[in-house]
Amino acid sequence: MRTTITVNGEARTHDLDPRTTLLDYLRETLRLTGAKKGCDHGQCGACTVLVNGLRINACLSLAVAHDGDEVVSIEGLGTPDALHPMQQAFLKHDALQCGYCTPGQICSAVAMLEEVAAGWPSQETADLTAPVLLTPDELRERMSGNICRCSAYPQIVAAIAEAAG
Amino acid sequence: MRPFTYERAASADEAVKAAAATPGARFIAGGTNLLDLMKLDIERPQHLIDVARLPLGAIEPAGGGLRIGGMATNSQVAADPQVRRRYPVLAQAILSGGSPQLRNKASVAGNLLQRTRCAYFYDTSKPCNKRAPGSGCGALEGLNRNAAILGQSHACIATHPSDMAVALVALEAEVETLTPSGEARRFPLAELHRLPGETPHVETHLIPGELITAVVLPPPPAGGQAYRKARDRASYAGGLASVAVAGARLALGMVAHKPWRATQVEQALAAGATPAEAIGEELKDAATAGRNDFKVTLTARLAMAALAQAEGDAA
Ligand SMILES: Cc1cc2nc3c(=O)[nH]c(=O)nc-3n(C[C@H](O)[C@H](O)[C@H](O)COP(=O)(O)OP(=O)(O)OC[C@H]3O[C@@H](n4cnc5c(N)ncnc54)[C@H](O)[C@@H]3O)c2cc1C
Ligand code: SF4
Ligand code: FES
Ligand code: FES
Repeated sequence: MRTTITVNGEARTHDLDPRTTLLDYLRETLRLTGAKKGCDHGQCGACTVLVNGLRINACLSLAVAHDGDEVVSIEGLGTPDALHPMQQAFLKHDALQCGYCTPGQICSAVAMLEEVAAGWPSQETADLTAPVLLTPDELRERMSGNICRCSAYPQIVAAIAEAAG
Repeated sequence: MRPFTYERAASADEAVKAAAATPGARFIAGGTNLLDLMKLDIERPQHLIDVARLPLGAIEPAGGGLRIGGMATNSQVAADPQVRRRYPVLAQAILSGGSPQLRNKASVAGNLLQRTRCAYFYDTSKPCNKRAPGSGCGALEGLNRNAAILGQSHACIATHPSDMAVALVALEAEVETLTPSGEARRFPLAELHRLPGETPHVETHLIPGELITAVVLPPPPAGGQAYRKARDRASYAGGLASVAVAGARLALGMVAHKPWRATQVEQALAAGATPAEAIGEELKDAATAGRNDFKVTLTARLAMAALAQAEGDAA
């Protein structure tokens, strides 16, 4: 199926098998291998990318269903010469070991801060009608969709807290 | 994955027409349950009708309550100011399910219609009456730690995993649909799902090809609300048991093939029983399969905690 998706600011058109997931499209068709395939079943968050500004699991989404959408993957957040502040913070805090979960963590964290700014609640939000504050417990809960097998969690939390300011 | 064709529905009417006219057609919304199962060759649609972008995402006041479009995402519902203020049990239930990424894709309709399941349903090398009717039930004498304790049958002891649906049942929500012939109908959400009986592969009372267009909440009942969920880790984990309280109404999750309205608890409480006595009334009918014996005690304690929390909420 002819499908046009704007990926990292550039409109890309391909003829896709409807079975292609957004993750396989990014990795195999476009060769953007930043987003990782950890579980391929929505259980780990390694494939997290932003679609129209929202974080989703690219492994549980069909590429053809994103015709017309704007997708940002880790490659679109920053470059080696011009890192995104979240990437910078992950480097500074050494927030990774093997690095496999890292692109998903960073994309997720960037979108998470937007959700907080928009006042979205989480299960840690005690008063659902009060303004949302990014406490350490809130930060952990809001990042719980990204598993780190190396358990670099303390550094990940420190990096995100710094980037959040 | 097996090959399939794909179309994006232009309207709800077009969607039900296409579903009625195309053999092996299924609706797809967020895809977080359907695609998961298609990858494992458990679901095998020949045609997908994408309904995610239909204009069915609005959350708006209706008759003193709230109408939530079937295609509103779980994130949108949980963040909605009306839901947070008037139906906190619904926001809490949704926020306890899945992950932020999943909730950003998961729709209200898809969440209700996610498959009732167990580990053997997912393992195509094992018998499962739900996946392959008549093949037997692997869970009866197997790994059944999360199996049903209420309303199960000898054919299937799986549980419905939705958190959202438990809160909606306690809130006495109704479902609005469009039938394959294009008629709108509305019925209590508590009547959407079935118990397994002899046909665990049939999970709802929907007509094949019927589209869920909205969920309608009546005005919130007087009294407090609370949602409590027990699971193996603090977040991003399916529940072992859950309890939703909305005023004098109570529903249990992950203990049956469907979200379970605990009418016996409600009646006992109304008649002056203590919370412990009341929940005991409901659970006196509980039956366990071995590894899930603990769920009876867990559910009782969770219900008492939720009732106490709702009382605090009301104060
Ligand atoms: C790792 C993981 C953890 C999870 N944890 C939880 C949890 O803790 N709690 C919880 O509640 N859920 C949990 N879920 C399930 C998740 O909430 C569901 O997958 C999601 O809600 C399904 O919504 P969807 O829009 O993606 O549905 P889809 O996958 O698109 O569809 C699901 C079903 O609904 C049908 N359908 C979709 N829209 C309509 C419509 N409008 N009318 C009629 N039929 C329709 C489809 O044909 C399909 O049969 C988890 C899922 C994953 C992958
Ligand atoms: S409990 Fe139900 S879903 Fe699980 S194996 Fe038995 S029949 Fe299948
Ligand atoms: S690869 Fe998508 S969630 Fe694990
Ligand atoms: S750094 Fe190895 S999985 Fe997170």
